[in-house]
Amino acid sequence: MAESIVSDRPLPIGSRGHLATGWWGMLTLILTEGALFAYLFFSYFYLASHALGQWPPSGPPSLDISIPGTVILIAGSLVVWWGERGIERGRSRPLALGLTAALILGILFVSMQFYEWSRQPFRLSTDVYSSLYFTITGFHMLHVIAGLLILAVLLLWTALGHFDAERHAAVSIGALYWHFVTVVWLAVFFIFYIAPTLT
Amino acid sequence: MPAIEQDRTPVIAQAVAGSPNTENLRRIWEGKPGLAGWLSTVDHKEIGKRYIVTAFFFLLVGGLEALAIRVQLARPNQTLLSPERYSQLFTMHGVTMIFLYALPVLSGFSNYLWPLLLGSRDMAFPRLNALSYWVFLFSGIFLYSSFPLGKAPDGGWFNYVPYASLAYNPGPNIDVYALGMLLLGISTTVGSINFVVTLARTRAPGMSVNRVPVLVWGTVTASVGNLLAVPAVSLAFFLLWMDRQTGTHFFDSTSGGQPLLWQHLFWMFGHPWVYAIVLPAMGIVSDALPVFCRRPLVGYTAVALSTVTTMVLGFGVWVHHMFASGLPLLSLSFFSAASFVIVIPSAVAVFAWIATIWTGRPVYNAAFHYFAGFVLLFVIGGVSGFMTAAVPVDWQLTRTYFVIAHLHYVLIGINVFPVLGGIIYWFPKLTGRLMNEKLGKWSFWIAFSGFNTAFFPMHVLGILGMPRRIYTYADQLGWSTPNLIVSIGAFIFGAGILLFILNACISLRNGAPAGDNPWDGSSLEWSVPSPPPPYNFAVIPIVASRYPLWEDAMDEGPERSSIYTGMLLDKGRETIGTSPLDAEPDVILRMPGDTLLPLLLALTMTALCASMLVHSRWGVYESALATFIVTALWLWPQRPLAQVDR
Repeated sequence: MAESIVSDRPLPIGSRGHLATGWWGMLTLILTEGALFAYLFFSYFYLASHALGQWPPSGPPSLDISIPGTVILIAGSLVVWWGERGIERGRSRPLALGLTAALILGILFVSMQFYEWSRQPFRLSTDVYSSLYFTITGFHMLHVIAGLLILAVLLLWTALGHFDAERHAAVSIGALYWHFVTVVWLAVFFIFYIAPTLT
Repeated sequence: MPAIEQDRTPVIAQAVAGSPNTENLRRIWEGKPGLAGWLSTVDHKEIGKRYIVTAFFFLLVGGLEALAIRVQLARPNQTLLSPERYSQLFTMHGVTMIFLYALPVLSGFSNYLWPLLLGSRDMAFPRLNALSYWVFLFSGIFLYSSFPLGKAPDGGWFNYVPYASLAYNPGPNIDVYALGMLLLGISTTVGSINFVVTLARTRAPGMSVNRVPVLVWGTVTASVGNLLAVPAVSLAFFLLWMDRQTGTHFFDSTSGGQPLLWQHLFWMFGHPWVYAIVLPAMGIVSDALPVFCRRPLVGYTAVALSTVTTMVLGFGVWVHHMFASGLPLLSLSFFSAASFVIVIPSAVAVFAWIATIWTGRPVYNAAFHYFAGFVLLFVIGGVSGFMTAAVPVDWQLTRTYFVIAHLHYVLIGINVFPVLGGIIYWFPKLTGRLMNEKLGKWSFWIAFSGFNTAFFPMHVLGILGMPRRIYTYADQLGWSTPNLIVSIGAFIFGAGILLFILNACISLRNGAPAGDNPWDGSSLEWSVPSPPPPYNFAVIPIVASRYPLWEDAMDEGPERSSIYTGMLLDKGRETIGTSPLDAEPDVILRMPGDTLLPLLLALTMTALCASMLVHSRWGVYESALATFIVTALWLWPQRPLAQVDR
């Protein structure tokens, strides 16, 4: 009978982990944002492949800020993951600690990026490479800042006691976005900082 | 406060009109009356109707622009329009029809119909649904904001650089287009997210993926395509805006930039978009045509798979818009071959419709006329597309009226005709009344003959060498007579569309009462009253086949869907969440109620784009801050949504 698909077991109600529609919404948002970065990288490689002379024009960028920056973002993802594991067991203190630590690491990353920007010998309008460099790292930085705003709001909600072992879908969703930002950085890092040193 | 309910076994009940259960559901789901209710509603039926009406308004605006163009071109050496005004008119005609009519009208159908087709009480994200409508409306207003000043976008709808770059186009025209498209991209993206998640999570129990209507296949394919393609055009317009306003060099060949990058990014989006604005319309035909042939669609699985295949291939053919741009021969050969291959899934669908008519018992009513006419126009547009997929032919015909003929056969043939047929088909569900049959057939024959009179001679004009986008022509070129015929046809076509709209207005008041299922349709929307109550389904149906309302007539097995007995879910705004493939219930979803937040967020994002347009730094900061605050309020964990325990 058709009714057999509707069992008589109880069903969870509302916003629960990966059953929450928001979790699925975030996956689709990441799909379209991932496509955005794919088109940015396409533009980079397209323009690089048509460049005359040396690429990048001023030689490979220095790694002395980008390597620590990469470590910092990965650490930021790890502490959020650790905090999320805490709230899955009903403990909000590790969550608050993890979010705070990730906020500090993220702000550090953004400050270091700004410093690196100020140090560059070129400006946004110097040539096509500088346009790509500032636009693509800028796009990523905007995503880091969006991620920091998400973490800050999640920290506020944690402090208000909104999350427990049963209800913390917002944390999982926000954490997913934060990990996505880290993964995008790995691509930016490889394309802008590592690839030019390999040729 | 007591902790909220963690889980519950849903009560199974019977749907009885006027019972205390349905009255309770009505009280839970009904919107507020008055202006506040109108601005704050998140009901997918309201939003869907608004989408359709707004898109039709833009269709009329774009149509008036087309008629002005046709008056100018009716005779040689006319001076009714200046070259500048002509450029703005053909640009806004294209922008309006392609971006503000073609997809939004299909979003309207899908918004209205999806929950009714899928046996659900709303879309997965009701507030995002309202947001996508408001942002669409505001982006339409934004794109027209410079029109009264005589500064409307004027670079054609595909807006090639270097003509669109600052050096050659210094006014606000192109900036309005660039920023308006960013705004519209947000609307399309959140709408697409909503369709994808709605399909994955909120189908009625038992409605496995091989049982959903073809319209759902069409719209979800278009939505996934949009999620992957829209970022390309948003990025292209953003980079163009950067080039124009911040001095970057992406498209500037004097500093290492590449004008062709624009064409690549635009058409990487543009070609999938073409399928996004036809696949849902083809889905309308695949669902409605069989009802008038009194049989199920021939080859449901083949048609569903051909829908997906078309989109997948559609991502690999963008260079066929760029055959004349000097690319290497190898690349041309590859993209030409890929473009030919698209004929296969298209032909699968065409033969499925023909076989459905052939083996069915067609009812030759007004809606059937539109669907049958669509099949013919699709074939003509497909053949001219097939011709231009061949590189040498394209080199002869590109940038001529042949291409204009092709794209109008495709877009009007595959979008407008199915939409008009679809409106006749679902009008009784939307309004409770049937449209007038006689006026419907008259409007079809006027529109159909006007359409072919207007667009078929354009093939000839193209072969005679008339370039597109010229504001006038000399009279000894042999183009005068065909142009006059085209212009007369355009007015006849316009009259057909006007008669259709008139029919809709008259039938809204005086049409015959329709009842729940006037066409004896097979899908779930016909099981509920016309118009449907705010909660859609008094109980969530349980689906056992592809054609739940035809099971007795078809008698293909012992399985029967349970339409009027199912989960009641009446403890607040609730619907059922089901697993993505098999549609087994796995969660009771709490749905948000009416709110002004989507309208507010649309306003703050529009303010952000407007601030960028007028170079107001503080305006950008303030509207970005307001956007953040509204978003945070939107996402704030709420007890009624069961996002917090306490």
